[in-house]
Amino acid sequence: MDYWRKPLDAEEINVSQGEVHIIEDRCKGCGYCIEFCPKDILAFSIRFNKKGYHPPEVVGTEKCVNCHYCEIICPEFAIYSVEISTAKEG
Amino acid sequence: MSLTALAKNGAVPDHPLEDLIRSDRIPHIWCPGCGIGTAFAACLSAMKASGIDLQTICMVSGIGCSGRAAGYVKLDSFHTTHGRAIPFATGLKLGNPKLNVVVFSGDGDLFAIGGNHFIHAARRNIDLTVICLNNLNYGMTGGQVAATTPFLARTTTTPAGNPEAPFNLPLLAWAAGATYVARWTILHTRELTECIQKAMKKSGFSFVEVLGPCPVNYGRRNKEKSLQTLKLYQEQTIIRNNADPTDLEVDFSKKVVLGEFVDKERSTCIENYDKTCRLM
Ligand SMILES: Cc1ncc(C[n+]2csc(CCOP(=O)(O)OP(=O)(O)O)c2C)c(N)n1
Ligand code: SF4
Ligand code: SF4
Ligand code: SF4
Ligand SMILES: [Mg+2]
Repeated sequence: MDYWRKPLDAEEINVSQGEVHIIEDRCKGCGYCIEFCPKDILAFSIRFNKKGYHPPEVVGTEKCVNCHYCEIICPEFAIYSVEISTAKEG
Repeated sequence: MSLTALAKNGAVPDHPLEDLIRSDRIPHIWCPGCGIGTAFAACLSAMKASGIDLQTICMVSGIGCSGRAAGYVKLDSFHTTHGRAIPFATGLKLGNPKLNVVVFSGDGDLFAIGGNHFIHAARRNIDLTVICLNNLNYGMTGGQVAATTPFLARTTTTPAGNPEAPFNLPLLAWAAGATYVARWTILHTRELTECIQKAMKKSGFSFVEVLGPCPVNYGRRNKEKSLQTLKLYQEQTIIRNNADPTDLEVDFSKKVVLGEFVDKERSTCIENYDKTCRLM
């Protein structure tokens, strides 16, 4: 994870990680999720969906912080994130 | 460190709002970049998060693109005639006071043809939650001037620019007696969802204005692509809770004020009726 300034408690805080799901045929290509993802990890794919739009794809899977912003800004119910639990070993 | 997806057996979990939308009707009719879908989703998230029994919630809409919302929610809902969502909702609430009635409709529907119903429902303090998707024009019918179109903005019926001043909706709601008033844009989704939740739990007349783009009609004539409208929402707004309601006009050449403006107590229509007219 990149920081502009490393928080003092960065070692103790567990940053959540998300897995993004996209229902491609619902997407109308508005680009809101791409523009406003705080981690900048979404981009238009070159694929066309059923309606002829380019749905987004994830270009930095491991960087998703599961903030759900893509999910709540999407007007189409087409994208959402799900938490991945990070189990620390040892 | 090992990663385990919460989604079991690799099965893809549903969209978190899947159980509240009529999935068979999705994709909905709203244009690419239209703000209605985001405001509608915020409303559904608020319903879910409120803890209110979903079976007691009804959504009522009027006519217009925004008015189509009632047709996509998988709860009891009513798509009424133009301008008449509030009187219909009033009847529902008086007939069965246990219901939680949410009106979701457009600026034209609620403030032009339906404007009188709005002010009187606020005056009588009917226990409703009214959410207005304000896209500054009549989207559905091709982008005519509305009572909310900013001064000098272009629409099909004001090709030289709107010569009239728009309504300041929170001021109108405040003056008419609403007990809860807030305004956000679709970009401020979290604050919006939180305020809709508060509005739903509040007894009395609650009003939430949501600014959302209509890129196809309003945006095109005012040289605003949908992403540019969202940038305006980011750069030309300022959050000021409890702002003076007279300072809330929508004029993006200055800063547009967002926030929670009214949150007060006043006895509701039903409470006053029971006290005055029902003999104990
Ligand atoms: C009695 C009546 N008058 C006029 C119309 C035409 N009409 C349909 S939608 C609409 C305005 C919708 O504007 P708004 O409520 O802002 O909804 P939007 O489409 O912008 O979401 C009008 C005038 C109608 N359907 N019924
Ligand atoms: S959940 Fe947040 S970080 Fe992950 S893709 Fe969506 S917007 Fe980006
Ligand atoms: S916000 Fe939704 S509709 Fe818009 S590009 Fe992203 S997934 Fe597609
Ligand atoms: S015409 Fe405007 S308000 Fe209606 S769906 Fe299209 S963008 Fe939305
Ligand atoms: Mg409108």
